[in-house]
Amino acid sequence: MSVVPADVLPGSALAVQEPAAGAAELGPRARLWPSLAAVYRAQLSRARVARIPLLFVATFQSIGIMILMRGVVDDGAEAQAVVAGSSVLVVAFVALNLLAQYFGQLRASGGLDHYATLPVPPAAVVLGAAGAYASFTVPGTVVTAVFGCVLFGLPLAHLWILMAVIPLAGAALAGLGAALGLLAPRPELATLLGQLGMSAALLLGVLPADRMPEVVRFTRDLLPSTYGVEAFARTFGADPDWAFVLGDLAVCGGVGVVSLAVATWAYRRAAVR
Amino acid sequence: MCAVRGLTKTYPAVRGRRGTPATPEVRATDDVRLEIRRGEIFGLLGPNGAGKSTLVRQLTGLMRPDGGSVEILGHDIVRHPERAARILAYLGQESTALDELTVSLAAETTGRLRGLDVRRARAERDAVLDELGLTPLAGRPLKKLSGGQRRLACFAAALVGERPLLVLDEPTTGMDPVARRAVWSAVDRRRAERGTTVLLVTHNVIEAETVLDRVAVLDRGRVIACDTPAGLKEQVAGDVRVDLVWRDAAPLHVPEVAALRDRAVESGRRWTLRLGPEEARAVVATVTGGAAFAALDDFTLATPSLEDVYLALGGAAQQGLVKA
Repeated sequence: MSVVPADVLPGSALAVQEPAAGAAELGPRARLWPSLAAVYRAQLSRARVARIPLLFVATFQSIGIMILMRGVVDDGAEAQAVVAGSSVLVVAFVALNLLAQYFGQLRASGGLDHYATLPVPPAAVVLGAAGAYASFTVPGTVVTAVFGCVLFGLPLAHLWILMAVIPLAGAALAGLGAALGLLAPRPELATLLGQLGMSAALLLGVLPADRMPEVVRFTRDLLPSTYGVEAFARTFGADPDWAFVLGDLAVCGGVGVVSLAVATWAYRRAAVR
Repeated sequence: MCAVRGLTKTYPAVRGRRGTPATPEVRATDDVRLEIRRGEIFGLLGPNGAGKSTLVRQLTGLMRPDGGSVEILGHDIVRHPERAARILAYLGQESTALDELTVSLAAETTGRLRGLDVRRARAERDAVLDELGLTPLAGRPLKKLSGGQRRLACFAAALVGERPLLVLDEPTTGMDPVARRAVWSAVDRRRAERGTTVLLVTHNVIEAETVLDRVAVLDRGRVIACDTPAGLKEQVAGDVRVDLVWRDAAPLHVPEVAALRDRAVESGRRWTLRLGPEEARAVVATVTGGAAFAALDDFTLATPSLEDVYLALGGAAQQGLVKA
């Protein structure tokens, strides 16, 4: 991913800037990848303490939705949309909603000071947290997808596509969540925005698109999770069109790069006031 | 080692909205001037809202001042706030960033984010946890610890990855005496071995009196006094307080005791006298020898505490630097 700001790369102008004569030697700067790995590992370990909200709630919600929709949709394209939508909804719940709340609270409580007084590149903090939250979605998304396939009688053959859908949709939604959480002036607003984003992913992703009015369909096209849903849904077909799947995934990846870059900028802005 | 000149920060006025009254413009720091020397423990003392935290945020590069300069070890922190993180370690009042980590991982991660490689971060983590007696708690998440233990764990994280300046915002809040002692001996060890400097924000005047080399008293964003704790106490009052507790009644047949009666504040068997140091010494000599001693139950001789200074200088009971 190319969301690394230029000044954190070794050898760039800032990294070699020398302090004024007579000044004491500065401590080392934390480099991007090691500190990213450290943040990722620390964030990942939070799942041990906050297991239920981070890993289970989203899965229960998605499975519940699929059971509800069981009697409503037919077995063809609509069922595929419901299963794909419910699976990506897990990603939206955790990566967008929970991450927005996490950063919103961290910012409001002064928790960002901890990172801001360490010589760590902003991208490492944002990418580490986003990566961890995207990882939290893996078990829930897989469980939801398998359960959905069994429930609606869909083929399990192409479920491997989740290995691309989760990280790419995860990057897009986690970037969005982090940016919302860091930009929201108050933590309640961050929570609200995260909830709204997740509700949008729920309504626009799970409900089959061809029954929607034109305006709603346009909104659906603006939401990054839609492309993850579409990519996943296409693979249920007898002969999936892989070019379209790749195209959808590329949109997710592109949005991910942009939103993570925005989130990194937002972190910088939030850390020093 | 750390020079602050003319540091000023004004929070803009906030217009009132429904439910929230308007607040006028506030000068959080007003032309603050400080000089912190290498290897000293320098304290910031003052009532709530005096501007201590704002000042610390400006020194740690977390907030840009409106005007003035901060120079730490030759680096201009106002122009290069990002350098602060490479010179100092900061222990803030909030632990939310670390709350869901285990003590061990919180310390290790902080060390890695201070630029240590995995091996060094782990070695320093083990050393610091051992030094502070936290090893038995290493596997517990901070969230599950008591307030004082959590604070100690955050202090441990601040120590991993050596820094020449430690900025500690009320580090010992909620700690038991054992933990407090661990904190101060860890600080002392770093000071003796590496000349570490400490900037301490505190409310605990008793602790301030015992650990600080020098202290600045802040009020409404201004430094109104800056001296050693003893020097400050002298500024407030040069008098010494003598408490005499008699067995049943004061031995008024002793002429020296009878002469003191007019100047004493009596409360039951207790006499409290405010005297000059010389006079106090004479009084103590009198009552601990001769006839008066037989009637004496207990006595104390005390200089005014930093708490007297704090109360005399700060907050609503503003009395300024007048002699009591």
